[in-house]
Amino acid sequence: MVMLVVAFVSFSLFNFVGDPINNMVGEETSDEERDQIREDLGLNDAVHVQFIRFTGNALKGNFGISYQLRRPVSELIAERLPATLELVIISAVIALVSGTLLGVYTGINRKGFLSDVILAISLLGVSLPTFVIGILFIYLFAVILGILPSFGRGEVVDLGFWSTGFLTLSGLKAIILPSVTLSLFQMTYIIRLVRAEMMEILQTDYIKFARARGINEKSIHYKHALKNGLIPVITIAGINIGTLIAFSIITETVFQWPGMGFLFIQAVKFVDIPIMSAYLVFIAFVFVMINFIVDILYYFIDPRIRVKSEAVSG
Amino acid sequence: MDSQRLTLLSRIKDSDIYFSFIKSPTAIVSSVILIIIFFCSFFVEFVAPFNPFDPSSLSLMEAFTPPSWSEKGMDKYILGTDGQGRDMLSTILYGSRISLIVGFSAILFSLLLGVTLGLTAGYFGGKYEMIVMRLTDVQLTVPSILMALLVDGIARGIISRELHDEMAIYVLIFAIGISEWPQFARVSRAATLVEKNKDYVSASTIIGVSNILIMFKHILPNIMRPVLVIGTIGLALAIIAESTLSFLGVGVPPTTPSLGTLIRIGNDFLFSGEWWITFFPAIFLVLLAFSINLLGDWMRDTLNPKLN
Amino acid sequence: MSFLKIKNLSVDYKMRRETINAAKNVNIDVNKGEILGLVGESGSGKSTVGNAIINLIDEPGRVSNGSIVLDGIDIHADAQNIVKYRGKKIGLIFQDPQTSLNPILTIGEQLIETIQTHLNLNADDAKNKAINLLKEVGIKEAETRFDNYPHQFSGGMRQRVVISLALCCEPELLIADEPTTALDVSIQSQILDLIKKLTKERNLAVILITHDMGVIAETTDRVAVMKNGDLVEIGPTKELLTKPKEIYTRSLVSSVPPTNKKISRFKIIEKENKKQSDTNIKILNRWVKKEISDKDLVKVESLSKTFDDSFFIESSKNSVMAVNDVSFSIKEGQSFGLVGESGSGKSTIAKMIVNLFKPSSGDIYFNEVCITKIKSNKEMLKFRKQIQMIFQDPYSSLNGRLKVKDIVSEPIKLHNPSVSSKDLDDYISDLLESVELTQQSAERYPHEFSGGQRQRISIARALATQPRLLVCDEPTSALDVSIQAQILNLLKDLQEQLNLTILFISHDLPVVRQMCDRIAVLKNGKLCEISNTEDLFIKPKHDYTKELLKLMPKIESIYK
Repeated sequence: MVMLVVAFVSFSLFNFVGDPINNMVGEETSDEERDQIREDLGLNDAVHVQFIRFTGNALKGNFGISYQLRRPVSELIAERLPATLELVIISAVIALVSGTLLGVYTGINRKGFLSDVILAISLLGVSLPTFVIGILFIYLFAVILGILPSFGRGEVVDLGFWSTGFLTLSGLKAIILPSVTLSLFQMTYIIRLVRAEMMEILQTDYIKFARARGINEKSIHYKHALKNGLIPVITIAGINIGTLIAFSIITETVFQWPGMGFLFIQAVKFVDIPIMSAYLVFIAFVFVMINFIVDILYYFIDPRIRVKSEAVSG
Repeated sequence: MDSQRLTLLSRIKDSDIYFSFIKSPTAIVSSVILIIIFFCSFFVEFVAPFNPFDPSSLSLMEAFTPPSWSEKGMDKYILGTDGQGRDMLSTILYGSRISLIVGFSAILFSLLLGVTLGLTAGYFGGKYEMIVMRLTDVQLTVPSILMALLVDGIARGIISRELHDEMAIYVLIFAIGISEWPQFARVSRAATLVEKNKDYVSASTIIGVSNILIMFKHILPNIMRPVLVIGTIGLALAIIAESTLSFLGVGVPPTTPSLGTLIRIGNDFLFSGEWWITFFPAIFLVLLAFSINLLGDWMRDTLNPKLN
Repeated sequence: MSFLKIKNLSVDYKMRRETINAAKNVNIDVNKGEILGLVGESGSGKSTVGNAIINLIDEPGRVSNGSIVLDGIDIHADAQNIVKYRGKKIGLIFQDPQTSLNPILTIGEQLIETIQTHLNLNADDAKNKAINLLKEVGIKEAETRFDNYPHQFSGGMRQRVVISLALCCEPELLIADEPTTALDVSIQSQILDLIKKLTKERNLAVILITHDMGVIAETTDRVAVMKNGDLVEIGPTKELLTKPKEIYTRSLVSSVPPTNKKISRFKIIEKENKKQSDTNIKILNRWVKKEISDKDLVKVESLSKTFDDSFFIESSKNSVMAVNDVSFSIKEGQSFGLVGESGSGKSTIAKMIVNLFKPSSGDIYFNEVCITKIKSNKEMLKFRKQIQMIFQDPYSSLNGRLKVKDIVSEPIKLHNPSVSSKDLDDYISDLLESVELTQQSAERYPHEFSGGQRQRISIARALATQPRLLVCDEPTSALDVSIQAQILNLLKDLQEQLNLTILFISHDLPVVRQMCDRIAVLKNGKLCEISNTEDLFIKPKHDYTKELLKLMPKIESIYK
């Protein structure tokens, strides 16, 4: 459902926005040449034929040819995908793990010095635009201290279908700054969310009842409250990964990281529609996958979904 | 309670919100900072020492002057000058006005759109509600910054290049506004669903009050609290989004630089040591967003009795 | 020496403006094998005392003075120590079984964890003990139910699980805080019987906190009455209810609607009764008074309502038949009662009569016009004017953003747009007078009023359109008994003077007996019987009615 809407939007982008030919060719190109390119790209066919072809091609992973770079979009994306995914995955792990831990800590210890500090920092984190963090890090670690690289991926090892930066020292060093930068905003967001969730759950009747039964505080916090508190975190984790991909656009620009976001921002500037629509379809696909996984996880974690309540008995 | 009539002022003084405001130093400090920033930005012509867009005030000779307290600094340029010899403090103040105008307009746009859709969806329910909510789901699937980028990209395709610079600020407001409305729609729908089931709405229906009057006279005032909280936090987000887009080079044109544009321009000089050109706009931006967030945070704690 | 001794207990809540003394120097003793009732109206501090015993008071409250001596040990002497007694020596039951259990752990896991916290048992022994407990509290097929989650149990069963959790480590003191308030009458009596049985068998000391004098009369051995944090009176239940010493206790007892007879008015002792029903209220001058006639004002014919839970996924399966083929009629000037437990469809019928819901089938006639078939809004407005409603929850039925003046004037302005502002002010002041509110109330906001006063505002709003039919949906079930008595008196007076027709909906049989001329009993959306009130109470025909009458807690049972 979501996929269809997105496919249609991307297709409309493809079709109705501007005249791609103008963007592709210089002023001096003759009309005949223009028509030839138009014919080659199939832009003269009826709209529904184009849409079916677009969807069909998209399913095969074919999104046409970049106006600007004159190369197949699928090739460009495949080339850039590993860089973005590595960055996003590392960031997601940092954001989720530290965000949840700190959130639980501040949720349980509502009034402590450390909690106040964490909260103040998290609020600052929400107020810091990603690119400002990036610039700050570059200035501090690359310009002043000179210990970490400020751009690129370092050396990569090509595994044939995948080029990874995890296997070289320079690759690992290069990913530190961008991934921390990228995760910081999301992390602070998760801290605040988990904290609010924990605080709300600790006020419920069943926690009070557990206390009244003499269950010790540790079990109340980590067994009773945390499990309930993590249910909404799963949803957030899902959205979080998608948002990270989107925000990687900024990080990649700041650190000149050769990923898809970098590609996309260039596409926006030069109105390179095939890349824009392919990127959109890709993002939507990732979201749909994540939602699917989240639904499955819910099924296993929340008994209220897994076990249907029986007819009222008694 | 005695029979004396309470004036509006004493009512405000008596309220819990006022009480918690004067008890919260962060709320006071952040509001004071915000009031100063708003004042300086909107009356920038009278406050700023220079007009950076007046060609006569430019002097390339004085370009790259560091802040006044450093060795080569000049007293008249407190925060130094940029690559074209413009006074940093003045450009920042002019820039923050652009950022604030875009931020406020965008959030107002998404608030009006989101609250109207959310309120009507929650109130009428049925298929209409389903469609609106599906729309927000799809919209939420696309992260806001990406949405804004896409809108901007489409606008570039539709609008000719000559017109684009002129239209850029409106496109930007629309792009940011359209990416934030689902938040308002969700919150106001959820709140409307709660209010709709309260008996005072039923009572009004039984009296014969029309749907429109019930929605806007009875329900709307009761759902404004969460909407205002979202709006405040959203304002910070919108300002950040604006600066991000401008930083990426797809926001406002460089002829009328916003804070984000200034940071982008300054970023080019970072490696050559002219740190102040990017540093001060960044600090200013963070201070602005931080103050708004502090206020929003305090509002959320105060206006949401669930967590107290 | 009694088993539990509460000595000079004081609990303070430090609020913004003042410190609230939720309990002031309370002294209570409880013996083993005895049920002590702790009774009081909302805000009396009865729950505070219960929570204070195991030191679980919500912020910002704290125990400021006094001691709790259990079995000769002062358990508050060491704050860390109290944790040991929770669950082990003292069991606690809360009001709402829906929220008392952790939704994502099975009841078995919750039981075993509690047992292993206090008793040195291995997993198998703990499980055996848990299953035996479940059997003891009356859960069938305990072995299979052991692995179920809380949402798989009905409300009454859940409360049994809660009781088993409270008792699983064999505490000697059980504190039950309104354990049956969220349950229907028939389930309430089962749970109370269970508590009585366990008290005897296990020789427990029980503190039963409740607002319901009927429950007190039928369940407790001794009773303590609290008001505003003070202990008013304590003594054997029979003595206290039949010969109360204190004025407050007397007024409390006399406010309880008797179940065995119909009285014309409730005696309100604290405030000397105003002779209000003798003088005509001013609002009468504006009223077009209808004569009591033999004609039917309301006629309901084979009314049904089906709710679809999920209208765009699987449709027919989840549909619930809330009202099923119900017919009755109400004569002009009569009080008609609709009685039933939760889920009986009584509120749904009310909402169809006031046209909030459309019936799935069947018709409603008002003054011989079929109002279910009216399409145009203008036509409908004429009937809206004549049918008004009073709701259960005094807090949600008034818009907190409007002044009382604006709340009451809205219907007047709507149905008479040309009203002059002078006339409007006069009308509002007459309406407020008729519900016994001061003139200054008009300028205030709803949050400045108590629950009973808000209900009066609701009544004023309903009267503003000069209705012929007043639908009252559980108008007093959220109120304390003394306030309930005042509101019921007010409704009776208004009906008498204005010849109103009233449709009175309630789950509370004694209240219905005092208020209504005729009564219809509903169960699961179906009509069981319709009779004149006294006939229904003296010789009920339907089995369900008989059962309801038998199970309702009766304050008079103390005389037996």
